[in-house]
Amino acid sequence: MSIDLLLEGLIFGVFVGCFYAAVSIGLSIAFGLLDVPHIAHASFLVLAAYMTFLLGSYGIDPLLAGLIILIPFFALGAVVYRFYYEAFEKRGTDAGVRGIAFFFGIAFIVQVILSLVFGLDQRSVAASYIGSSLGLGEMRIPWRLIVALLVAVGLVLALNLYLSRTFQGRAMRAVAQDPWALKAIGANPVMTKQWAFGLATAATAIGGALLIIVSPVEPSLDRVYIGRTFCVVVLAGLGSMSGTLIAGIMLGVIESLVLTAFGASWAPAVAFGLLLLVLGLRPQGLFGR
Amino acid sequence: MTTLLRVETLTKRFGGFTALSDVNLNVAKGERLGLIGPNGSGKTTLINCISGVVQIDQGAIAFENKDISTLAAYKRAKKGIARTFQIPRPFHSMSVIENLMVPLEYIVHGLVDVSNRNAVHAEASELLHRMRLSDRTNAPAGQLSQVELRKLELARAVAARPRLLVCDEAMAGLATKEVHEILDILMELNASGITIIMVEHILQAVMRFSQRIVCLTAGRIISDGAPADVMANPEVRRAYLGS
Amino acid sequence: MRNNSTSFWAFALALPILGFVLPKVGLNEYYFYVAYVVLQYVVLATAWNILGGYAGYVNFGTGAFFGLGAYTALVAMKAFGAPLFVQIAAAAIVGALLGIGAGLLTLRLKGIFFSIATIAAAIVIETFILNWRFVGGASGMQVIRPEVPLGFETYTRLLFFVMTILTVLAIIVARYIEKSWVGRGLHALRDAESAAECSGVPTLRLKLLACAISGALMAAAGAPFPLYTSFIEPHSTFSLNYSVMALSMAVVGGMSRWWGPVLGAILIASTQQLAASASPELHLLVVGLLMVLFVIVAPDGLVGLVQWARKMVGPGRKEVELARGSERA
Repeated sequence: MSIDLLLEGLIFGVFVGCFYAAVSIGLSIAFGLLDVPHIAHASFLVLAAYMTFLLGSYGIDPLLAGLIILIPFFALGAVVYRFYYEAFEKRGTDAGVRGIAFFFGIAFIVQVILSLVFGLDQRSVAASYIGSSLGLGEMRIPWRLIVALLVAVGLVLALNLYLSRTFQGRAMRAVAQDPWALKAIGANPVMTKQWAFGLATAATAIGGALLIIVSPVEPSLDRVYIGRTFCVVVLAGLGSMSGTLIAGIMLGVIESLVLTAFGASWAPAVAFGLLLLVLGLRPQGLFGR
Repeated sequence: MTTLLRVETLTKRFGGFTALSDVNLNVAKGERLGLIGPNGSGKTTLINCISGVVQIDQGAIAFENKDISTLAAYKRAKKGIARTFQIPRPFHSMSVIENLMVPLEYIVHGLVDVSNRNAVHAEASELLHRMRLSDRTNAPAGQLSQVELRKLELARAVAARPRLLVCDEAMAGLATKEVHEILDILMELNASGITIIMVEHILQAVMRFSQRIVCLTAGRIISDGAPADVMANPEVRRAYLGS
Repeated sequence: MRNNSTSFWAFALALPILGFVLPKVGLNEYYFYVAYVVLQYVVLATAWNILGGYAGYVNFGTGAFFGLGAYTALVAMKAFGAPLFVQIAAAAIVGALLGIGAGLLTLRLKGIFFSIATIAAAIVIETFILNWRFVGGASGMQVIRPEVPLGFETYTRLLFFVMTILTVLAIIVARYIEKSWVGRGLHALRDAESAAECSGVPTLRLKLLACAISGALMAAAGAPFPLYTSFIEPHSTFSLNYSVMALSMAVVGGMSRWWGPVLGAILIASTQQLAASASPELHLLVVGLLMVLFVIVAPDGLVGLVQWARKMVGPGRKEVELARGSERA
């Protein structure tokens, strides 16, 4: 492998990695902070990508579309959490298996509905920044990746600020660890989690818009992204926002290097292999609490 | 008197937080020991270390003169250490008597011996009778009342035929009458030869029950002796009673 | 109790005998073709439930175990010319090892991590197969079938017989586990892990045992697959659909008893075969909806509904008897 190729792989890896962080940040909240076994996260991501596609067919810019679907996705998240809470968390006992089966079922339903409505073909969107690229000396960086990087960094910064500076944000960080303490300071744990899950799903909506900006989507794409998103979140250490960004970049770089060295057919295994490694060696993640 | 349990220079940390530091404790065979201390003083951690639910960082634990410091919890249970949990943890998908079958099968009677199933059943029934829980024999454990759960927790621990029983707040949340009922049961168990360590917040109960009291504060033992002496200790009064 | 037990063993004996005789007396090939798939799902769902239902660990990698079994059989056949029963045994061993591996990696953690690890294992193994030329890589390969043994007319008929044996084996194992100390220990650790450990249950070992048995059965169910389809290709072999199917069958049938997943598998797999020509997608949607519905409304599945109905019908019986009956039935 030549130095040039290596460098190019590295730079691409950073860009793709930021994108991975952006699509994982919702899960980082839902699973990392709230401790909800949100297996359906990746399907919500693909769902958001298809909604972006749908709005795109009316000539709406994908980034704008991502902002438009933010609100319905927030509502979707809040409803799904409420449902999960009433059906499983509240009953307490044995929520484990059934809670996981619940989200797995939802993920599956979303996937099947998408393939029934949109078919199995790949779908993509059009925008001025998709297809063109920025020349940087020898290498060209696609604008879509630059957009992804900017949005990802913006998203992480905004969420980081929100979680550390606002009352609601701090309550979210506390809720998984100590719901009693939360009650003591006058916040309702269930409402806090519901709000946070809505926020996580809204962030996933933006991630979905990025997903279809970066690459064409198909209904079964969620399977690959289950691995990537959980890999990033576990690697980051549960619930760490800036950790998510760093972990995303790590995954992006490793995946990109493996791609350069061994070919694209090995790429899907990278995230999952890395995930298995982290689970086996350091399950608390790199930046875990 | 022979020593049943010996804890030496035990230290346990969680991350940067030291839950127990340099704890030394001897428990004699047949003793009734009360373990007190304010919330977060390390009582439950000490129990977890003794029963093997958490592994210790430093020090040693010996039971019947054998080092058990690194043994898994289930092996300690087989050696004769049983415990209850502060918040009862029944096997809620099973009936009350089936709950007792778990330790009876896994510890007392061995696994493959199905032939004496009736004898095992009889032993479980007898135990439920001693615990005043006979009328709930076939009830699902998930449907028990608070006091029944406490009794089941005790019955399951005793079913393992332990030589050391560690009770983590076996009476928390109970009415006075129920507290006395549990105390009577514990006394009977002790009279039948089981050494008991009792962690308890209800001071009256501790005083009535214990031959000796140990007081923990911030992970250290600050007093160890006869109940009246420990209670008279100014450091204990300051730390525990807030006076 | 004795009656129940006798009829169970009579059934366990009758199924393989039927499986041997029926294919030899004519009957349309199609029936065996369909019945094979239904039985295959009975094995998968039963195997899934040993870990998922009894121990409470959700395996999303049914496809991984199934596919690994199929490819192990393929390799055994292609490289060593191994006969079918050796293929199945080899697949079972490899499946058990994968189960133990995934278990060792994650069983000390919370249940969800085990679930994610099984998805991960599925993709990693699939990727290896995709890049392995010897077994055809991504494009798959045609399986050259030797002459049909045991005097069966076609492979479909033979494999139907083989699958009846695997089905009975899987059910016997699951039933034994449920009634024995293994099942009691698994239930205990599912309900309250640390309490189980303090009651003398070696929780990690027991979970690994369940992983190994469950994995071995799933892989064994996949072993006849190359001969059954005569063409094998990684994408459909490692399909996530197997995971969804096994999970939904156990959930719909009921996870607390051995006959729950059997019931669920027969119901869902046979409707799937009926829907295959009409709209398989729609069937998948119904399966997904059923799974979510049952998990919320009837968490004990059909087993729970049956037990509830029995209670309603026979209120004359004493509670003790009921408890005994459901314990032993």
